[in-house]
Amino acid sequence: MTIQTTTDLQEVVEAVVREHRDERGPLLVVLQDIQRRMGHLDPDVVPLVASALNLSRADVHGVVTFYHDFHEAPRGAVTIKLCRAEACQSMGAEAVVAEVKDLLGIGIAETAADGSVSLDQVFCLGNCALGPAAQINGRLYGRVDRDTILDVLRSDLQGETLSEAP
Amino acid sequence: MITVYVPCDSAALSIGADEVAMAIECEAALLGLEIDLVRNGTRGMLWLEPLVEVATPAGRIGYGPVRPEAVADLIAAGLLDGADHELNLGVVDELPWMRDQQRLCLARVGITDPLSPEDYVANGGNAGLRRALSMPPADVIAEVTESGLRGRGGAGFPAGIKWKTVADTEDDLKFVCCNADEGDSGTFADRIVMEGDPFSLLEGMTIAGYAVGASEGYIYLRSEYPDAAATTGQAIETAREQGWLGDDVLGSGFKFDIHLRLGGGAYICGEETSMLESLEGKRGMVRAKPPIPAITGLFGRPTVVNNVLTLTSVGAILADGGQGYAALGLDRSRGTQVFQLAGNIKHGGVFESAFGISLEKLVNEYGGGTLSGRPLRTVQVGGPLGQYIPADGLDIPTDYEAFAAAGAMLGHGGIVVFDDTVNMASMARFAMEFCVAESCGKCTPCRVGSVRGVETIDKIVAGVDRDRNLTLLNDLCDLMVDGSLCAMGGLTPNPVRSALQHFPEDFSTLEAGQ
Repeated sequence: MTIQTTTDLQEVVEAVVREHRDERGPLLVVLQDIQRRMGHLDPDVVPLVASALNLSRADVHGVVTFYHDFHEAPRGAVTIKLCRAEACQSMGAEAVVAEVKDLLGIGIAETAADGSVSLDQVFCLGNCALGPAAQINGRLYGRVDRDTILDVLRSDLQGETLSEAP
Repeated sequence: MITVYVPCDSAALSIGADEVAMAIECEAALLGLEIDLVRNGTRGMLWLEPLVEVATPAGRIGYGPVRPEAVADLIAAGLLDGADHELNLGVVDELPWMRDQQRLCLARVGITDPLSPEDYVANGGNAGLRRALSMPPADVIAEVTESGLRGRGGAGFPAGIKWKTVADTEDDLKFVCCNADEGDSGTFADRIVMEGDPFSLLEGMTIAGYAVGASEGYIYLRSEYPDAAATTGQAIETAREQGWLGDDVLGSGFKFDIHLRLGGGAYICGEETSMLESLEGKRGMVRAKPPIPAITGLFGRPTVVNNVLTLTSVGAILADGGQGYAALGLDRSRGTQVFQLAGNIKHGGVFESAFGISLEKLVNEYGGGTLSGRPLRTVQVGGPLGQYIPADGLDIPTDYEAFAAAGAMLGHGGIVVFDDTVNMASMARFAMEFCVAESCGKCTPCRVGSVRGVETIDKIVAGVDRDRNLTLLNDLCDLMVDGSLCAMGGLTPNPVRSALQHFPEDFSTLEAGQ
């Protein structure tokens, strides 16, 4: 992984702001674009975006911390989002969540120490007739259990060894 | 050439539709057969996905659910000729699930290639927009008012009245915002329309823009739907190329463009004022009403805020007239609703029908009861803020007022089925927990009350001061209803109280069992 310097960040922020300058109310769009490019929103992004959009740092920080999608720390190579909404619960989602936590040895909203996997909960992926549902690196899966998650993880990590928690 | 259909809907993809499509292409290539593989939207029978269809002189014959490893056998057995097989479902349009629907919003979904402008026009697309553009804007609004169309997002506010308010408010800049932040559990009809027939949403928004004098439209789509975002984004590009959007819509001189914005994973942004804040690039904090968005909406301008299905209905209304639409339905609920059968249900999917069909019929007849085969215990309608209805209370006609009279909420038409393994104290606790996670934080009864709600339910279940804590929980629910600006805090008591009312035995598990 490349080390992000403040100069790198500055360049990214400037490029992104330039691209979205003409859009109405661009802060959310700008932050989404920066996160798409950098993987997460380093706290150093906040003053840079604030200055580029002529907003206060509080405004930017407030938006970064309001939305579940924004992450201030680096994420795992694979992100697993498990649906915990009612329709998936009716199909046993809570058990899947518990099993996957055990499998990975991490909790909800945590990233494995080796940077392989991040685990998130989500309330509804719109796959409510084929629950339990999960989204892994942006791809939707239906009727999931511990084993399907493990299979997808193995293929998404492309042969990297996945250490199962004891 | 033989035309084969494999859905590109994300629910179908979630259980292997891409792999099935690839297997069909490989197998056909191996056999030297030329096929035209169309990636259509879903027919809505999600328990049959991946559903493969093949065009025959008798109609489109379906096979499902098809596993990728079964494709070679199926083709050898004559799938490409519509031959018999244990997975052969017959002519899809003649299946009871399809035949018994009145598909207006879903008219093209599953039939066409979602991104083909030719398919769209050949199947009635833009007829509503063309007719609207030939009429004075006030007549378009009159037609929508006459149709009786009410907001499909859940609140059921008459669309024509909202549009008239925006039209009557003078401003040089007005907006049409489509609320596609379909965050309620058990709802996925917006997603299916946006992935299966995105042009119809753009058409409805353009008609709304013309009717109220707006020049810009925004679709606020939740980020949890990346496939819908990709399809809708491409549809916008294509519509611009086709002259369906832009400076001269269909050569009429009307100027209208649509922008797609993604949400940030916050449920609350499905509340219209929170959505407007988010579209402005801010935290999704709910606004007090008044002022109403129709007068002071996006960036303070007059704004139409409508749900995906409301706007999709508009195309059909303008194409065939408001009177025909109003002829469907029951009492003050006119037209059709796209019901979504979800959760522990044998036959889950989308079913579009005129209002009035009973909940019982949807769940037990079309839905086939629970998937687990265990007794059905409860059904939650209208999303996470809707009441739990016990199994013996399903005989309610699907009508906004009839549901309200039965102490329930029709909302966006999402129906989530639970079998008898559900613990209702857990579901009540989850309703409060969900509110803790998703409250915007503006109103104290919602932000803090939900935290206290979780704690109080835990105490009740643990048998700590049970009677006093039940009184406290009731008090707390009253406060949340009375003291919250929006439905998040105001309706969270619905699932909690209905669980308590119908399933009190679940709240004393420890006392009874230990």
